[in-house]
Amino acid sequence: MAPTRTPAVAGLFTEDGDPRGFRLLGTRCAACGALFFPREDDFCRDPGCTSTEFIEVALSPRGRIWSYTDCRYPPPPPYPRDQDREWEPYALLAVELKEERIVVMGQAVPGVRTEELEVGMPVELVPGVLHEDADRVLTTWHWQPERATEGTR
Amino acid sequence: MTGEIAVLGAAMHPWGKWGQSFVRYGVAAARSALADAGLAWDAVQSVVGAGSVRCGYPGYVAGSTFARAMGLNATRVTTVYAACASGSQAIAAARDQILAGDCEVALVIGAESAPKGFFAPNAGERPDDPDWVRFRLLGATNPAYFALYARRRMALYGDTVDDFAQVKVKNAAAGAQNPNARYPKAVDASEVAASAVVADPLRLLDICATSDGAAALVLTSLDFARRHGADKPVRIRAVSTRTPAYPRSDLDFPDIATDADGAGATAFRAQLAQAAYEQAGLGPDDVDTAEVYDLSTALELDWYEALGLAAEGEGAKLLRAGDTALGGRIPVNPSGGLASFGEAVPAQAIAQVCELTWQLRGQAGGRQVPGARTGITANQGLFGHGSSVVAVR
Ligand SMILES: [Zn+2]
Repeated sequence: MAPTRTPAVAGLFTEDGDPRGFRLLGTRCAACGALFFPREDDFCRDPGCTSTEFIEVALSPRGRIWSYTDCRYPPPPPYPRDQDREWEPYALLAVELKEERIVVMGQAVPGVRTEELEVGMPVELVPGVLHEDADRVLTTWHWQPERATEGTR
Repeated sequence: MTGEIAVLGAAMHPWGKWGQSFVRYGVAAARSALADAGLAWDAVQSVVGAGSVRCGYPGYVAGSTFARAMGLNATRVTTVYAACASGSQAIAAARDQILAGDCEVALVIGAESAPKGFFAPNAGERPDDPDWVRFRLLGATNPAYFALYARRRMALYGDTVDDFAQVKVKNAAAGAQNPNARYPKAVDASEVAASAVVADPLRLLDICATSDGAAALVLTSLDFARRHGADKPVRIRAVSTRTPAYPRSDLDFPDIATDADGAGATAFRAQLAQAAYEQAGLGPDDVDTAEVYDLSTALELDWYEALGLAAEGEGAKLLRAGDTALGGRIPVNPSGGLASFGEAVPAQAIAQVCELTWQLRGQAGGRQVPGARTGITANQGLFGHGSSVVAVR
């Protein structure tokens, strides 16, 4: 039996086959329009607004690197990982979305090294896999640097 | 100005990895602080404990845990938890009680017995908890956030990893003079460069450890201090413990995103300092020394700017000029900072005020800032907690 595909955390991005494509999902306050990611469904955080109604919105899938780092050592649980497999560091990006101008963190696609990155570099949102074993595939988002043409940088 | 209180006693249990109960450290620091004040336990009318979430139920009710260990004496008792700002919120609670006339003598205690390794969230499947989400989805430990801030400084202001290493060198040199420090030993830049990268661009020696330790203060009304014969005590003039203001410009851990339209808003760290200065009726030019929360070396430079000691982007310039080293114009972290102590969460903000107390009394020995009359502390932790305390003499 094929392992089941489940979002690593529910409700933060579109599901497979969504007509909007792969997008992060936030919410907008129905009264004042304030935008929240991760989604806020209970209370508007604007101190001047008492609204409790929110509309789901898909966020723009492009932005620029605000900052970046990597994780050289395995994080503690609940980070899902195979304890028996050798740890492979991954790059972690904070990306300012082009339209919404909020900064959203995310792992880079596997294999990206910090040496290749720069603050201000354009990146694109892509679906990714956080963890995979015999029973389950935990899905997430990754940031894919829009690499300059090879050899020209 | 809302009024001043006196610091009559200050003490610590040395930081380390001692493997004992936090209660032992806390009581040791409390008894030393009482001795420093020249007061007996029965003079204490209120015990305020800074809570710990890493020591089980006794940590959640730290105030009563310490009161019981000292010998239950029908004192008023309070426990506050506010992540890294727990200690300063404990000081704020004691100050409020004193200024309201509810008590004249309060004993503030913070102590920690820290686990090994990265701090991790509570167990269970908890998608509503941002602290759980950041570990689950991103494996984003605290050092990962420090590294994002550090890289941002490099890109925006031209700071270098050598600048960051120099913060460690500076703080270790001060910590070498501090008997309460966990690492009382000088470090040179090559040792920082030789330590392993934890989160690019930060290395192991750029990032503060987690420690056991305790700090305690005996706080009293100015009237009581005078009657007790303390003519010129160190006084706490401001305690700022405000929340951030919406929208937040900071990528503030444990959140994985900022608020929309936050760009350009005053950063939380600067908001904390501004509130403290305002309360104290002082400004950055009045400050002789500062104790700031150097969770990472790079973060210390952010604090220079937040406290108004340097203009935005010019923190490293202050460091390179030697202004913030012992012997400089405005020594920062004369205690050695978190670089020399490692973080003992509930005790740390209290320890910062202990250091100011010794500096303002002229009792800081080899790390004394000559003629220090005004000091400020600053700290920040998870979930929008932070604080800044101004002490004068
Ligand atoms: Zn609203």
